[in-house]
Amino acid sequence: MINHDLKKKLYKEMLYIRMIEERIAEIYHPADEMKCPTHLYTGQEAVAVGICNALIEGDVVCPYHRSHGWYMAKGGDLKAMMAELFGKEAGCSKGWGGSMHLVDVGSGVMGSSSILGGTIPHAAGCALAFQIKEVENVAIASCGDAAIEEGVFHESMNWASLKKLPVVFVCENNLYSTSSPLGVRQPPVEIYKRTVSYGIPGVRVDGNDVLKVYEAALEAVSLARAGDGPTLIEAMTYRWREHVGPNYDYSLGYRSKQELEEWIEKCPIKRVSDVVSEREEELLIEGFSKEIDEAIDFARQSPFPKPS
Amino acid sequence: MKYSEALREAQAQIMRYDESVFVCGLGVPDPKGVFGSTVGLEEEFGPKRVFDTPACENATVGMMIGASFQGMRPIMVNQRLDFTLLALDQIINHAAKWKWMFGGVQRVPIVIRVIVGRGWGQGAQHSQTMHALFAHIPGLKVVAPVSPKDVKGLLISSIEDDDPVIFIEHRRLYDEEGDVPQGIYRVPIGKANVVQEGVDITLVALSHMVVETEKAGIALKEKGISAEIIDMRSLRPLDMDTILNSVKKTGRLVVIDDDWKLCGIAGEIIAALVENDHKMFKAPPIRLTWPDMPTPTSVVLESAHYTTAKDIYEASCICLDRRVDPALFIDEEREQPFSGPF
Repeated sequence: MINHDLKKKLYKEMLYIRMIEERIAEIYHPADEMKCPTHLYTGQEAVAVGICNALIEGDVVCPYHRSHGWYMAKGGDLKAMMAELFGKEAGCSKGWGGSMHLVDVGSGVMGSSSILGGTIPHAAGCALAFQIKEVENVAIASCGDAAIEEGVFHESMNWASLKKLPVVFVCENNLYSTSSPLGVRQPPVEIYKRTVSYGIPGVRVDGNDVLKVYEAALEAVSLARAGDGPTLIEAMTYRWREHVGPNYDYSLGYRSKQELEEWIEKCPIKRVSDVVSEREEELLIEGFSKEIDEAIDFARQSPFPKPS
Repeated sequence: MKYSEALREAQAQIMRYDESVFVCGLGVPDPKGVFGSTVGLEEEFGPKRVFDTPACENATVGMMIGASFQGMRPIMVNQRLDFTLLALDQIINHAAKWKWMFGGVQRVPIVIRVIVGRGWGQGAQHSQTMHALFAHIPGLKVVAPVSPKDVKGLLISSIEDDDPVIFIEHRRLYDEEGDVPQGIYRVPIGKANVVQEGVDITLVALSHMVVETEKAGIALKEKGISAEIIDMRSLRPLDMDTILNSVKKTGRLVVIDDDWKLCGIAGEIIAALVENDHKMFKAPPIRLTWPDMPTPTSVVLESAHYTTAKDIYEASCICLDRRVDPALFIDEEREQPFSGPF
């Protein structure tokens, strides 16, 4: 079902996002040119890439504060994102949003929110509009595992199920909300099973396996597009770096270095790296590196917005 | 035409020519149609554009935001303003922020119709006005019209506006009659209305309190006092120019506000005037507001809670340093009592 070309595309997109995030981590301190809270996506790339590749033109994503991966996977412009992180006028939000508030309407990236669960109803609302206008598009609500604890998640699920809205809820379960582990926040019931009470499908996938994410997304999106209502996809994954910022944080003690290393072993990119030769990989890295250099140069050289 | 009919007509007339407008909320298509303000809309426009919602105010506002991203102009109705407080996250953290937080790339043209209750023991959770809370937030527009003519014209302006509008209605006004122009017309958001011109004292009010203030104006007139009555109509933007020009002329001010005093719009108006020119006042300005407690339910306690025409008349006399003459006062018996249950 997933041919070699698609697999390669998925690999390339994940690699691109990884390189962007790692470059941001590298230059964040001590230069301190990006003066905004930055939540890196390193380790979670397979989720946004797998989901967004199941979408077509006109479909939208409503991301959350860990937004870079979703923005890039849906086709956002890297230069505009970098400029936004640098607080520049040329930023996708003209310097008013920063890392947590990215937008690219043309690519179908609706504005992202830093309030937990904040954009879940936005996706349901886009889906409501698609239904009213009778267009066959689908909206993706993405969120982390803590957003499941918010009332608005359940309110949106209830309505989406009731009206069979063309929306897919994607929960990136990375096991922690900042430093609070899942076990202290939720009863021991898997997140994907919460959908039982709403009468809609819930599936759990290995969120570090881009092919599995893609397949789950394809099925959920097809259901939604056909008018058969929403699905919740719980993608099990792990953020490598600290909740916000460029560092590793196992020294804090809320999670162990060993746990991190186990997840690094399960790196989503490494798992499909057999689609490219070593030479191809080198060329990709070289090309992406150049693009990232250019985006950073662009961001640096762009003017700041003028306070009015 | 009644206030409730003017509301319905505004929505119907806009929906006939703009397919992006839809109306939703708990009870919108029910036989009573939100006290008459949505009656017949479902029949005319169908269940895709006029529909009931689950009881989830926060998600509903969020979904209206999302629908607006796809070119829709949603109207959400809450039968009591108090219920809207469940949606403060989507209103304040999201709708109000969107235009700013994304550099103007995305706009949120939604209207949230909310109804303030009063009388028949509405009590602490069915009668809050909260206009000062919403007016505090940049990114929102807040209006509270009183006449059938203004309610129609302002609702049309609100639906056409590209910002989120909190449209505050008052349950006690729903059966009030007034002349309403046929067809589509607009009353601008952010423009106060000088209801009555005068030279001795300025009385500023909004929503239902304008009705009480007009009654006080009649009593004052009989005492030979010429009061200028200003209906704010809009709290954000607030038309300070109209108020300023009036107080510069009269030098005396009473602000009548159905709300609590601390951090309220009455204090805001006085502060803005003092900042402009504290010497314009011939006497200390007066704020007439609710007692510092939630609205009680028992009819006796409830009556004591609200500002009446008599209170406004008396405060005006004090501000003018005139003797309060109760004999001249036209009593509030003239008001049609509100009978519930809702």
